[in-house]
Amino acid sequence: MSRKLFPFNGGVHPDGHKEASNATPIRAMPLLPRYVVPLRQHIGVPARPLVRAGERVARGQMIGAAEGYVSTAAHAPTSGTVLAVEPRAVPHPSGLFDLCVVIEADGEDRAVELQPLDWRNLDASALRNRIRDLGLAGLGGAVFPSYIKLNPGAQAIHTLILNGAECEPWITCDDRLMRERAAEIVLGAEIMRHALGCASVLFGVEDNKPEALAALRAAAPADMEVVSVPTLYPSGGGKQLTYLLTGVETPTGGRSTDVGIQVFNVGTAYSLYRAVCLGEPLLSRVVTVTGHVAEPGNFEARIGTPLADLLAAAGGALPGAVGEIIGGPMMGFDLLDRVAPVTKSVNCLLVKDPRLFPARPAALPCIRCGACARACPADLQPFEMYWFSRAKDFGKAQSYDLFDCIECGCCAYVCPSHIPLVDFFRYAKSEIWERERDKREADQARRRHEFKEFRLEREKKEKAEKFAKAAEKQKATAGTEAADPEEARKKAILQGALERARLAKEGVTPKNTDNLPAAVEKEIAEIDARRAQAETRPESGESTP
Amino acid sequence: MNGSPFALLGHNSVTAVMAKVMAALIPGIIAHAWFFGPGIWVSLLLCVVFGAVLEALMLLLRGLPLKPFLSDGSALVTAALLALALPTLAPWWLYLMATLFAVGVAKHLYGGLGQNLFNPAMVGYAAMIIGFPVYMTQWAAPIGVAHFTPSLAEAFDLVFAGAGAISVDAYTSATPLDAWKTQARQGMAGADILVQPIFGWAGARGQEMVALMYLLGGLLLLANRVITWHIPVTFLAAMALTAGLLHLANPAQHAPPLFHLLSGGAMLCAFFIATDPVTAASTPLGKLIYAALAGFLMMIIRAFGAYPDGVAFAILLANICVPFIDAYTQPRVFGHKRGGKRGQA
Repeated sequence: MSRKLFPFNGGVHPDGHKEASNATPIRAMPLLPRYVVPLRQHIGVPARPLVRAGERVARGQMIGAAEGYVSTAAHAPTSGTVLAVEPRAVPHPSGLFDLCVVIEADGEDRAVELQPLDWRNLDASALRNRIRDLGLAGLGGAVFPSYIKLNPGAQAIHTLILNGAECEPWITCDDRLMRERAAEIVLGAEIMRHALGCASVLFGVEDNKPEALAALRAAAPADMEVVSVPTLYPSGGGKQLTYLLTGVETPTGGRSTDVGIQVFNVGTAYSLYRAVCLGEPLLSRVVTVTGHVAEPGNFEARIGTPLADLLAAAGGALPGAVGEIIGGPMMGFDLLDRVAPVTKSVNCLLVKDPRLFPARPAALPCIRCGACARACPADLQPFEMYWFSRAKDFGKAQSYDLFDCIECGCCAYVCPSHIPLVDFFRYAKSEIWERERDKREADQARRRHEFKEFRLEREKKEKAEKFAKAAEKQKATAGTEAADPEEARKKAILQGALERARLAKEGVTPKNTDNLPAAVEKEIAEIDARRAQAETRPESGESTP
Repeated sequence: MNGSPFALLGHNSVTAVMAKVMAALIPGIIAHAWFFGPGIWVSLLLCVVFGAVLEALMLLLRGLPLKPFLSDGSALVTAALLALALPTLAPWWLYLMATLFAVGVAKHLYGGLGQNLFNPAMVGYAAMIIGFPVYMTQWAAPIGVAHFTPSLAEAFDLVFAGAGAISVDAYTSATPLDAWKTQARQGMAGADILVQPIFGWAGARGQEMVALMYLLGGLLLLANRVITWHIPVTFLAAMALTAGLLHLANPAQHAPPLFHLLSGGAMLCAFFIATDPVTAASTPLGKLIYAALAGFLMMIIRAFGAYPDGVAFAILLANICVPFIDAYTQPRVFGHKRGGKRGQA
């Protein structure tokens, strides 16, 4: 295999620590008494809950339906009873709760009937709808609903890239999956190729995974290419791997589909195979449990598995552990609550200890050494963005292309001043989003206010015109029935009120006044009459809405 | 609590960077002592002590913690560069004044580590050359040329107590750059100038070897990725090109390029001063422009200016241009069509 590679700039070589967890096969997890399935596990709109507390569910039953376009379904990981549909702790850096379906397992693990799809003879659109209902989302970390990514739309896709780079240190779930289930991954890739209608299929795997490379090569047909890429973080970044394999840069603000390339994680391909060929929704994923634990390794964990149980399956944390990271050490986040469950995006539970993860030393001022810029795979100047983010000059930070930052962490990894650069960029981005939202809202309020002013002005004008007309009329008929118009108006109002009261009695009024005692109805009629009068009181009553 | 990344490159800190710079200076310092006598140890010690004391004082005045900033080693590097740039065997207060301007004014009054617009060592040097020009022309003569090369103890005496009965001319001489400039202007032929004892095989006697040791140290910094090739290579190339053109145009007035590269502060500047990350341009293209400008200015000052060497003013003038250069030379970001000017928001 001698495909020409296109190395991206920057990147770092953090210690891999892959051997800690990649030596043993993927282990199954015992059935747990309880699962917590968040309804927002993907990017986009959360799934709409389909079950209520007390309801019985079967494994694979849809418990949350895709809502809107960017959404996907959620399913019951086992059979049992829904205990609650309520906000619970989820693995998210914010630590905020999110709506979850809590299921108490009945121990039977009874499944709904699965319907394998004859995908080769299935219309691509029907296939995508099924995939949406089977809850498929990208398992590489971004958890973008897969059915959307399988819709080439107006943009023809010529190349499908299967991302098996797994460049984050410590994580080996894709490595083990490729070693053990390469044939299934390849089948998943075939389905993707079918849906996208593309010719070329490339697997990108870092050369620190020779077994995975060999397994994929053995499984892949001649028209798929398994490419070994140099071990360099972040070669598993979508844009980086795309460039590495094809030399094509994903345009800023765009997706790789803009240049005819679609990228899927190998884990997603595997789950797609199960969804399509077995009809099984996305019920589980492989999660690496590693770091300062007794028996590190990879586990096939059902979605909804509490992380504390996952940790226990790996023998628990060793003495001296100081917390856990969800994901890898470069892009992961601190787990705030161990009751949070495994979701579609959780690829690793990394237990920290002070030796492997010493506290970041206190930051010194930036000396503009440029190490961050040399390490940046997006060719940014992180230290410039840092100066401006720190000074809250967000406009300038943005003009240095802050939003091209993929938050890979290379800059902060190499910074000799130990500045938590990515923290500053996350902060600046959220501030800019906040301000844009504020601005949008302010604009809307301003427009609304301006329209109100305009409307009031218009009404005033219209009223004035009508007055003028009425005055003219009055002048024309002057002296004949001077007080009459006022009398007539009052009479008309009274007539209207009586009419309404009559209608009310006949039950034409809204439902909440149906079947009321006569006394109450009379009262209502009186109130209505008063209200009608009140409504007509301002001005001459001509502007009543 | 910090977010990702949780991993950190090992053995990486400002202190480590500064330590590497200091280590890379050692060959040059030893060569200096070898060719010019132990006087360099005295000025080095004084500058370092003054630098540390002034740094601590300024930190106290600014209400900043001493430990993290004193241990970053940046004041040490500034002081060492100053000692290597200044004449040895000058009065002690000259070193104090120079360090005061470098550490006190150029560094801390501008905001401290990482904030200074101008290279602190060069500000200290420039202040001395303007304030005390006489002392800045008395350079220790190389061993073998000097009538008298003070021992370490004698050097201390000279620095603290002054020359006393000894004539300054006994142990100092004009620098070859100075000699060339004055003698060439007087109409002396280049070939006749270069045979004088203060001249060596290519540059200045003794100094050319010191320069080569700075080159060696600079290569170590390159190998250790403390600096990139952009600034030293471009700086030396710009100097050589300018010197070469001048020499071609008028060989009687202008010395050959190699002489310039191996005399005065050229090598020290190329690898240790122009490469100061805080005050140099930071983009790849910006570094080329900045270094070319500094190298060109250095030669112009040497050829036509009032000062024999041009290190300090060339660097300070180039420093002024850095924010502008950086803003206009931003590299193309991945996925963008073009780079160029930034920061217009």
